[in-house]
Amino acid sequence: MGTTYNTTGETKSSKIQTNAARIFSYIFLIFVTFLSLFPMFLLLVNSTRSHMQLSQPGNFSLLPSTYFVNNIKLATAGGGLTRGLLNSFIVAAGASVLSTYFSAMTAYGVHVYDFKLKKFAFNFIMVVMMIPTQISAIGFIKMVNGWKLNNTFWPLIIPAIAAPAVFFYMKQYIEGALPMEVIEAARVDGASEFRTFNTISLPMIFPAMAVQLIFAFTSAWNNYFIPSLILDKNNVKTVPILIATLRSDVASGGSAGDWGKVYMTVLIAIIPVVIVYIFVSKHIVGGVALGAVKG
Amino acid sequence: MKKKHKLVSYAKWGYIFIAPFFIVYAVAALWPLISTFYYSFFEYREQGLNTVGPNFVGLKNYVDLFTTSSYINNGTNQLFICLKNTMIMWILGAVPQFVFSLLLAVIFTSARLRIKGQRFFKTVIYMPNLIMAASFALLFFAIFSPIGPINQIMMNSGGEQILFFQRPLSARLLVAGVNFLMWFGNTTILLMAGIMGIDQSLFEAASIDGATSIQVFGRITMPLLMPIMVYVAITSLIGGLQMFDVPQILTNRGQPNNTCKTLIIFLNGYISGNRNYGVAGAISVLIFIVTGILSLIVYKTMVTNPDKPKKKAKKGV
Repeated sequence: MGTTYNTTGETKSSKIQTNAARIFSYIFLIFVTFLSLFPMFLLLVNSTRSHMQLSQPGNFSLLPSTYFVNNIKLATAGGGLTRGLLNSFIVAAGASVLSTYFSAMTAYGVHVYDFKLKKFAFNFIMVVMMIPTQISAIGFIKMVNGWKLNNTFWPLIIPAIAAPAVFFYMKQYIEGALPMEVIEAARVDGASEFRTFNTISLPMIFPAMAVQLIFAFTSAWNNYFIPSLILDKNNVKTVPILIATLRSDVASGGSAGDWGKVYMTVLIAIIPVVIVYIFVSKHIVGGVALGAVKG
Repeated sequence: MKKKHKLVSYAKWGYIFIAPFFIVYAVAALWPLISTFYYSFFEYREQGLNTVGPNFVGLKNYVDLFTTSSYINNGTNQLFICLKNTMIMWILGAVPQFVFSLLLAVIFTSARLRIKGQRFFKTVIYMPNLIMAASFALLFFAIFSPIGPINQIMMNSGGEQILFFQRPLSARLLVAGVNFLMWFGNTTILLMAGIMGIDQSLFEAASIDGATSIQVFGRITMPLLMPIMVYVAITSLIGGLQMFDVPQILTNRGQPNNTCKTLIIFLNGYISGNRNYGVAGAISVLIFIVTGILSLIVYKTMVTNPDKPKKKAKKGV
């Protein structure tokens, strides 16, 4: 991408080498593109086909059929999936807004202010970032049940306030994007510390907030392990939990299983994320590296 | 008064700004972690509507996990089986993931190749990372089912039907394949950032000295990329040890015959349904320790490695 050096004085043989390497590169890129898109293509095509078409040998086709609307009806019948989408949206929206705002606030606190435990606070978050959440799951579930919060969304939303990975990303971004002079100027003008943060600093780090909002929303939307342990009543189940139950429906070969419904449900589950991604992919792909690597 | 104004300290605001994070972390993550460790020393489980314990039993839960027959399957310990399965599936996915990502990162950053359409390719290969693992697993279950598209294609071209989910190797390969597809784009972008962070003058100097692409890769790119490779390997390993969604849904809780059962699927068996706080706690602590040890091993081996490619390259010159 941004590399600058030029191969001046290329000889003829090195030119041929470069061209061969380039051809190989494009073939490889087309191959990985195929790998990434072919499952999505099958998903789209098969979501337009009926259970009969999908479950009988010899009916295979890469062309779409006419059961798209019918499959939507099948997938949303009974209102379970619609309810699941709403539940997932509530959890993901709540969790992503909280984790983005409070991670920015924490990163701002560690960056802007000097205090005794500043270094400790930063190192602590760096260390706990590596601890897998599943490891404390049994203790978490015990606590949630003890407080009678199972089958509610609170245990999936409130803990998002403490998101070490989002904090780290925000910290990285704030270091480069928020000069101390701006904060000092706001103080001279008599703005309170919270006001300085909310109305002056947050707009300056808006690009980072937007990227993290999408990342946090996606990870909450896709989360399966903890929600599956907290939500067992039908009216609170999120999409991944419904997806998991679909598998046993089709695997058992009973009448509840319908392959058209399976493909359609998967399509509906991933389409919101894919659409958002297509529009903002530039910022997302750019944001991945910032959150992880410090040169 | 003037003097006091000058010395106004903002330190308390630092604590106020970080307070919500630390309070929530303490309650929602740290306390559950501590209580998980604590329960691991107790006999404490739900049995239908009743609760047994908590009775302090010391290390009994740990000892039981390694010795009692209920945790032993076909003469081998469940815990070891699950650790083995997890590592096999991680390696099957991570090795191609690293090879592909490194190759892609070099292709994208090469000034010599000047690849066009980079934005498109990067967008496409990163996309699977954002897709719900549960739905990805269900999609692959559908595609590779006995009457799914892959079997239909093979049968149409005169091949035989393969029951992918009844054979350990193909089931494991599919789990690894989904993980590979979901993560190679992410790894590519991280490695690219690492390569672009390397001082460009080194490449220029190498080019003036007439170094070949392979020499540049082996003696400049690889050694300088090592810290990021270590980072990516460790995060991939920690992620691999947490493997759950994909094998749980794709292989129906680790079938066939528990060959795809991961550590977290094993743990999940004691958290869902009748909870066993003691045993689940002990398994959690063991996974915690394994995560720590394996991360350390990967870190050590990769940090000592940078000398090797250099030596090899010298011989080749």
